[in-house]
Amino acid sequence: MPATTPPLAPARDELPPIVEMRGITVRFPGVLALDGVDFFLRPGEVHALMGENGAGKSTLIKALTGVYSIDAGTITIAGEERVFSSTADAQAAGISTVYQEVNLCPNLSVGENIMLGREVRRGGVIDWRATHAEAQKHLRALSLEIDPRSLLSAHPIAIQQVVAISRAMVLESKVLILDEPTSSLDRDEVDRLFAVVRDLRAAGVAILFVSHFIEQVYEISDRITVLRNGALVGEYRVEDLPRDALVTKMIGRELDDLEALSRTAHRQIDRSGVPVLRAEGIGRRGMLEPADLEVYPGEVVGLAGLLGSGRTELVRLLYGADRPDAGHVSVHGEQARITSPRHAIDHRISFSSEDRRAEGIVADLTVAENIVLGIQARRGWTRKIRKSEQDALVNEYIRALDVRPAAPDAVVANLSGGNQQKVLLARWLATAPELLVLDEPTRGIDVGAKADIQRKVSELSARGLAVVFISSELEEVLRLAQRIAVLRDRRKIGEVDSSEIDLDGLIDYLANEGKGDAA
Amino acid sequence: MSVTTTERRPVRAESRTAALQSFLGRRAPWAPTIAAVVILLILLVGAEAFLRGDFITARNLSALLLDNAYLLVLAVGMTFVILTGGIDLSVGSVMAFTGILGAQLISSGVPVAVAVPVMLAGGAAVGLLIGVLVQYFDVQPFIASLAGLFLARGLAFVVSLSSIKVEDAGILWLQSNRIRLGDWYVTPTGIIALVVVALAAFVLHLTRFGRTVYAIGGSEQSARLMGLDVGRTKVAVYVISGFCGGLAGLMLTAYSGAGYPRNGIGTELDAIAAVVIGGTLLTGGRGYVAGSLIGVMVFGTIKTIISFMGAEQSWMQIIVGALLLLFIVVQRGIVARSEHRR
Repeated sequence: MPATTPPLAPARDELPPIVEMRGITVRFPGVLALDGVDFFLRPGEVHALMGENGAGKSTLIKALTGVYSIDAGTITIAGEERVFSSTADAQAAGISTVYQEVNLCPNLSVGENIMLGREVRRGGVIDWRATHAEAQKHLRALSLEIDPRSLLSAHPIAIQQVVAISRAMVLESKVLILDEPTSSLDRDEVDRLFAVVRDLRAAGVAILFVSHFIEQVYEISDRITVLRNGALVGEYRVEDLPRDALVTKMIGRELDDLEALSRTAHRQIDRSGVPVLRAEGIGRRGMLEPADLEVYPGEVVGLAGLLGSGRTELVRLLYGADRPDAGHVSVHGEQARITSPRHAIDHRISFSSEDRRAEGIVADLTVAENIVLGIQARRGWTRKIRKSEQDALVNEYIRALDVRPAAPDAVVANLSGGNQQKVLLARWLATAPELLVLDEPTRGIDVGAKADIQRKVSELSARGLAVVFISSELEEVLRLAQRIAVLRDRRKIGEVDSSEIDLDGLIDYLANEGKGDAA
Repeated sequence: MSVTTTERRPVRAESRTAALQSFLGRRAPWAPTIAAVVILLILLVGAEAFLRGDFITARNLSALLLDNAYLLVLAVGMTFVILTGGIDLSVGSVMAFTGILGAQLISSGVPVAVAVPVMLAGGAAVGLLIGVLVQYFDVQPFIASLAGLFLARGLAFVVSLSSIKVEDAGILWLQSNRIRLGDWYVTPTGIIALVVVALAAFVLHLTRFGRTVYAIGGSEQSARLMGLDVGRTKVAVYVISGFCGGLAGLMLTAYSGAGYPRNGIGTELDAIAAVVIGGTLLTGGRGYVAGSLIGVMVFGTIKTIISFMGAEQSWMQIIVGALLLLFIVVQRGIVARSEHRR
């Protein structure tokens, strides 16, 4: 593995920033997405923008590229104060963005994608020979020797990304924003992309790099700016910020004002029997390296890792929402083929998605209807559930989870996020699962609801329910889980017993385990 | 860095198979169109064998262009729209409307030099309306052009409820004049249709506007982020399609010697079928006007074969339906494969 980037020549520091964003504030209805954030980008540096989901990274980028308008603050490009009203505007000022999903036209040739809108023309007629030659020149400048006349879609994403960068270079961009460019690349492809990025840095281009992959950030970046909850945490030179310090700054330490939960984590779990679920070497190319996982009755297994570490991917594979291409799964000791959520439900596995709006709650139905939905799906659509039975069930869960308002007929869309989450939880619990998978069940909900949900999970597991619990909040994972599987960069890096580790230990494990010395 | 490119590059496609792949990589978009050519040849040769040598004659092939010239013009306009990923259901009605409008104007003494531009402008105006609805009011192309369909058909009935004969020599000349070469002939309508095809091919492949059409079909979002003028281009393709509808109205009037408000019911579907058979993807971004030319010829050949055989015209629809199904499945396969590669 290449060593971390060589330190910058001191002179570079003296260069004035090409992008100066000061006091940037962006408001959405009811949300302060960015709160007075400062951000500086200098020529010839790779600057990583780090933060968990919702920290404001993409909002900052969109504010810079003219997609969002800012409510306060100034953006100065090369000494001149600017307000962009569109990406085309920003592009004209030399700021280009390469997105995670390549924003090119797959149906056109590589050369045309590079030159589109800048074709070589003679009297209004496109000269294809000259246009492709020009494209080839730009590709070669990035050490890419491919046929500019070949179709873009014939090339892997990594090449397409370099093509997108070539396009940015045709526009003579001085600032290049790489937004999660590596999320669907394998190691070789990342190396190729980074080689290009280093060349551009040497040529004096200012590069803003966003990635969830901590190792890659340390590999390529000169400087790191950390955001959390829409506010600036700080700007650091990469050599001054060890990995665990970065993780701590990204996650933050929230004051524990949740009511004290008995640390169910310390409950002894009998692991001598047959696990509810055992996965061996389960994985999928490009999603997750093969991983093992066992969950015993009455046990809460936490999955810890940053966003994009593969924790959601792992449970999606277990649940059959995505099809694994390696490994096998047994349920109660018997081989099980789980290739669709239907199979998982048949095996009494329930999965509550992290995106409760898109993949969980039916916002236009009532609380009662949402709760009954799961059990109805399990019984089959033809078997009617008696009204009295429904009412009893719904009332029981509304009481047990303290759903507010305690009205079965309330439309779910009007409930707060926390109460929606409770309804979703009730829906899955009503199906009497033996394994409950909860992906970020407490994200974005208020503290009271959070505590309710945590208490319920802990209660249910004490009664024998097996739970897989995912949360970005490590404290929460530590509090609820007896065993924690830690993931990083789409790989399970190990398991820890939560009674033997504290928060700092877990952060350290998350950041450094298996990496030798931190930078 | 050295200028020679033979040995210094890390990502060089070197082997022979790679060279072949690169050829295929360049030419892959033509595959559906080439398939259409193959089908056309099979149809022609099959009919020739079946009818014992009476089919592939200069007269029949010349008539093929003559009989389908208006459809070809409609198909060209439709190709522009479909390439952007849209659809235009209005063209059959637009053709009827402009046809009856022209016939009415000419029969009431308006000079041809005025009537014809009015016809063309009328078609373009309906297209403009649809384009504005699609682009600025965010209406689905299907719905917007359906509105255009009803509007134009209604306007045709407003102009006249019955057929109006056209006796202007200039208009009829478009149809009756035959430029002969041995047994082959071509009418001015045929020439107009071929010129429209050539012009469209030029615009689509050699102008920035044409490339923007393809880019929008490939990914509208990307095209916008690349700073291309998506809005104006999208409106323009509907205007082009409407203009082609007006031109087809003129040609059909010349062909039938009259305007008739019930002309062209369902013709928009024939045009769409011809475009799709010619290899243009309904999802947009891939296809060629040359393909649409082939598609119209396939369409026309099937029609001719069936009338030669004296079979029911309903067979026409069954065969076209089957061909369409086949092509859509083939296209789906192509799209699925290219997505798989990504």
